[in-house]
Amino acid sequence: MDFPEELKYTEEHEWVMIEDDVITVGITDFAQDQLGDVVFVELPEEGDELEAGKSFGVVESVKAVSDVYAPVSGEVVEVNDELPDEPELLNNSPYEDGWMIRIKVADTSDLDGLMDAEAYQEFIEKE
Amino acid sequence: MSGTEGRGLVLDEKLLFEQSQPGRVGYSLTGLDVPEAQPDSRLVRKEITDFPELSEIDVVRHYTRLSTWNYGVDSGFYPLGSCTMKYNPKVNEVAARLPGFADIHPQTPEALNQGALELMYNLQQDLAEISGFPAVTLQPAAGAQGEFVGILMIRAWHEANGRKPTKVIIPDTAHGTNPASAALCGYDVVTVASDGLLSKDAVAAVMDNDVAALMVTNPNTLGLFESDIREICDLVHERGGLVYADGANLNALMGISRPGDLGIDVMHFNLHKTFSTPHGGGGPGSGPVGVAEKLIPFMPKPIVIKDEEGYKLDYERPESIGRVKSFYGHFSIMVRAYTYILAMGGEGLRRATEMAVLNANYVRARLEGEYDLPYKQRSLHEVVFSEAALANDCHTLDVAKRLIDYGYHPPTIYFPLVVRGALMIEPTESESMQILDEFCDALLAIAEEAKTAPEKLRMAPVRAKVRRLDEATAARKPKLRWEREDA
Repeated sequence: MDFPEELKYTEEHEWVMIEDDVITVGITDFAQDQLGDVVFVELPEEGDELEAGKSFGVVESVKAVSDVYAPVSGEVVEVNDELPDEPELLNNSPYEDGWMIRIKVADTSDLDGLMDAEAYQEFIEKE
Repeated sequence: MSGTEGRGLVLDEKLLFEQSQPGRVGYSLTGLDVPEAQPDSRLVRKEITDFPELSEIDVVRHYTRLSTWNYGVDSGFYPLGSCTMKYNPKVNEVAARLPGFADIHPQTPEALNQGALELMYNLQQDLAEISGFPAVTLQPAAGAQGEFVGILMIRAWHEANGRKPTKVIIPDTAHGTNPASAALCGYDVVTVASDGLLSKDAVAAVMDNDVAALMVTNPNTLGLFESDIREICDLVHERGGLVYADGANLNALMGISRPGDLGIDVMHFNLHKTFSTPHGGGGPGSGPVGVAEKLIPFMPKPIVIKDEEGYKLDYERPESIGRVKSFYGHFSIMVRAYTYILAMGGEGLRRATEMAVLNANYVRARLEGEYDLPYKQRSLHEVVFSEAALANDCHTLDVAKRLIDYGYHPPTIYFPLVVRGALMIEPTESESMQILDEFCDALLAIAEEAKTAPEKLRMAPVRAKVRRLDEATAARKPKLRWEREDA
């Protein structure tokens, strides 16, 4: 399983790519592997305000339905419009084509609590 | 060589549309012996195109063949966890077909349908006695609607008390319908992690005055009795909340423990689970709801009452949440459930519960060791294994598909979500020890195959009408209607 060094990770199994005050969010390789084949993705709209820890979308696989949680508070500035039509991107390319949303972060210090790749791998081993 | 060589008697079947022959009909009318008349043009139906044209025997064979593809509890063991696929005794069908029940019109005046009303009244009373609630409505069409009705009553009670709490607490072992019902009633769902069992402390940590209700299934979907339930109910009540019980698993309690005595305020029954009425596509279901004293004013109307003149439908209920189902609910299902209760009697219902629990524990005892049992507390009517002990990276889905080759409907899989690769087995009281042994032998043989011949699991099923289907593509790109190829 692949956990790119340049990304940050959450306990809810999302990855976060930080570019100044805009972050890109998706689900990790571990998450897509646990879910199995993803068949449905629901995303927020551009302009939606997200609150840290609250659900911003839904991922449904052949096994289960899971909420996806906002890692930090902020405004949705872009969503991956291809995902609802091609949910398999989450399985095939979780870190690239399967990105979910971009968020303009309200307070960048909120990002300090995220895990790096090594800490995340330790976290999933414990789970 | 004939075009049908090799077809055998597998009764493969084309769609009626594909069998259609222009001009073939299933009726035969005598010649017209009166003058032809032209009806009003507004009454003439526009032509229907592309309807299948078939003879009577074509249609009879079509549906008879399709019926042979069914798997039901009448054709074999059906250990679908959380669904209580118990045998549906044929005496239920005899009662439901009595002309006085089967042919009654729902708008018959009360004076002429006293027998039907009496049956409904008696069923309300019996369910009340079994559950420990003072009143029961029979209206909801099935379990999920029962939940919805229960939460609506809870909301009405809070509003009558001048409160508007916004949250419902639900443990992570819950059926998916629980959060859906709460959300439909406008509540935010707070999920509580349980460690197999819901602890008092876990509830206390999220409990505040803004909580409308706790929704709990007891025994929970791991088949475990929520032993803190009394204290948890007290805790919720102290902060002004109510407790909803999902009665899906009543088959583990019936005749032994009464949810109404445990401090629970409202609970739905699944007549199609616990009370042996048909299930799934063969239903319909029925989801009566029992309530504590304080919720009686809010029950759906009408309910059946009895006074000196006889049985009647009571509509004089000003605080009622209203009607939730056309007419009075699924009456013929009530007839079946009432028949079951009478046929079993109190002792018989208790015995059914004991046998259901014994059977689940027998399966557990035979499989534990070969299959991983993540929660080791005492099981009631069902047992949940994980995929952790399967060799060679075999998964729960592979076991389920391989069970088809061994002649069994697979159990519930990947639920509850708190177990990785859950395999949820509920044998019910209907099965004999011989059947349970054969089933356990099959599962043990499959666990052995996972070690020695894992490809047998990955290839399965090989002895079914179709091989392993591509569920992901079916869900991603569903084809929801047939289209003519040349169109």
